[in-house]
Amino acid sequence: MTHDDGPAEPLLVVDDLRVVFDTDRGPAVTVDGLSFEVRQGETLGIVGESGSGKSMTSLAILGLLPPTARVSGSIRFRGRELLPLSDREMRELRGNEISLVFQDALAALNPVMTVGDQLAEAVSVHHPKTSRDELHRRSIELLELVGIPSAETRIRQYPHEFSGGMRQRVDIAMAVANDPALLIADEPTTALDVTVQAQILDVLRTVQDRTGTTVMLVTHDLGVVAGTADRVLVMYAGNKVEEGPVEQTFYETAHPYTRGLLASLPRMDRRDRGERLFQIAGQPPAATALPSGCRFAPRCPSFAADPCAQSVPSPQTVGTDHVAACHRVANLREESA
Amino acid sequence: MSTGTASAGQISGTRAMLRRFRHHRLALAGTVVLVLLVVACFGATWIAPAKQGVQDLALGPTAPSWAHLLGTDELGRDYLSELLYAGRMSLAIGFFVAVVATVVGTAVGAVAGYVGGVVGEVIMRLTDLFLIVPAIAILALALNGLGSSPVTIVLVLSGISWTYIARVVRSQVLSLREKEFIDAAKVTGTSTARILVRHMLPNLAGIITVNISLAAASAIIVESTLSFLGFGVQPPRTSWGNMLSQASGLVGTPQVYLLYFPGLFILVTVLCVNFIGDGLRDALDPQGRQL
Repeated sequence: MTHDDGPAEPLLVVDDLRVVFDTDRGPAVTVDGLSFEVRQGETLGIVGESGSGKSMTSLAILGLLPPTARVSGSIRFRGRELLPLSDREMRELRGNEISLVFQDALAALNPVMTVGDQLAEAVSVHHPKTSRDELHRRSIELLELVGIPSAETRIRQYPHEFSGGMRQRVDIAMAVANDPALLIADEPTTALDVTVQAQILDVLRTVQDRTGTTVMLVTHDLGVVAGTADRVLVMYAGNKVEEGPVEQTFYETAHPYTRGLLASLPRMDRRDRGERLFQIAGQPPAATALPSGCRFAPRCPSFAADPCAQSVPSPQTVGTDHVAACHRVANLREESA
Repeated sequence: MSTGTASAGQISGTRAMLRRFRHHRLALAGTVVLVLLVVACFGATWIAPAKQGVQDLALGPTAPSWAHLLGTDELGRDYLSELLYAGRMSLAIGFFVAVVATVVGTAVGAVAGYVGGVVGEVIMRLTDLFLIVPAIAILALALNGLGSSPVTIVLVLSGISWTYIARVVRSQVLSLREKEFIDAAKVTGTSTARILVRHMLPNLAGIITVNISLAAASAIIVESTLSFLGFGVQPPRTSWGNMLSQASGLVGTPQVYLLYFPGLFILVTVLCVNFIGDGLRDALDPQGRQL
């Protein structure tokens, strides 16, 4: 259970995060002035297409960006600034207080170690004095937590003896081995088929209920966010374009990009069934050639030459806890009202 | 596939490994022959028909017979006994060179591959150096300068052969380093040293065993070559190599067949070691076929 002490400091505060890579074609800005917070006990969904900077953001939080990345801004975890921490200090946090669920669980598991050994390893890295018996017991407990039947025999098996969904469960078990305060799940369901996806999301929810961990769910799948997250953060070309509670963001969508995303989902209840699906025209800008004004302006259906091409819009409040970074938010509201 | 009552999944790792090894016929045969050979050589004091170096000048060279299975040499020594005693030296050199070269080569290769950068480059250029200089020349020079006690021979041979293992291990580590499960280990906060030992090493077990067997086999052969050239094990110590060298003087005499026996022992040992290495590599791969 999480103890809620009123408006406590959020678990994680990211402020003006900027991640830049130097390339042959000039600096590639993958995350640009990103600010958000992850609150104790919640599930925050981070949505965006490939290249929107969502994975870079998770890597930055874990301190696992390649050394060629130039990072600025601030990442505070439990009030502690992470960016200046040494590798050694980050290792203390990683897997212990902040951990990551990978997209491809097969690749994330060591093929020549039994699942039990890997779980035990994840625990003993941070608790080196744990006895073998205790590690064994804990491994079984973890597999049971993620709903793997006959854990007693399964811990002696190798990753290739597990099915895709079961592997993803193992990966989650490894991630929560040390009861992390923050669990970052980077596209945890993308490699799975739809029925298994639902099970994995269920597992995540169960784990969250039992351990009280906070989840940051990175995905490109709005459906996953709708079903799992409390709040959603939409990213586009390294910027935050919209952030708010899931319901409000989906039903009172403020940003044209989010609207485009939602409109492009196939839906059973839409009147225009049989029509072609909506698509956002054009392509996201290259990280080395970002437009000078609003990043979405070249593709935006409600583009206006004046503010949009001139300056990058800053997030403005459009509802309770709901912000959107768009110059024309007010106009859009009027139009749809 | 499940056999009998236990399904494949219920076999423990070690048992599955032994099972896979047992089904590798050549490896199994290799093990049996090599064990016999090792026992015969190191137990030569009790097993060999004659004591080491016992001469019978009156007898002189004789053809193989029931009294002397491989015949006798020109000094009337029982050739089989001599070969068994000499085998101790050859096998020990093979074994120790393999161990030293593998330990050094694996450590260096793993660091070069994982750390990369300047350190990796320097190490790899160093191994290039060893590759372009003819090994036999270095060995001959080194042994000439340092003397050829068995310890020196082991160290000098290891000094040459670690570079091969270092290269192989480095290339493997380079590819493993990019694997996601290594990232996963980093994400759980594992230190670099621990990643190398706990996560990389088990993945290298296959190629390391193969290389141990290759290094052992080539050490035995190179030692023979060196002894043949007069730089290796020096009399009165004997090895298969210097027995071969001495027997080479018999070309043109009726005893020329003596040349084949040390050669045969070297050949059989090297083959056995290679088969075992092969079998172990397959057995160590947990994804190998469950038999």
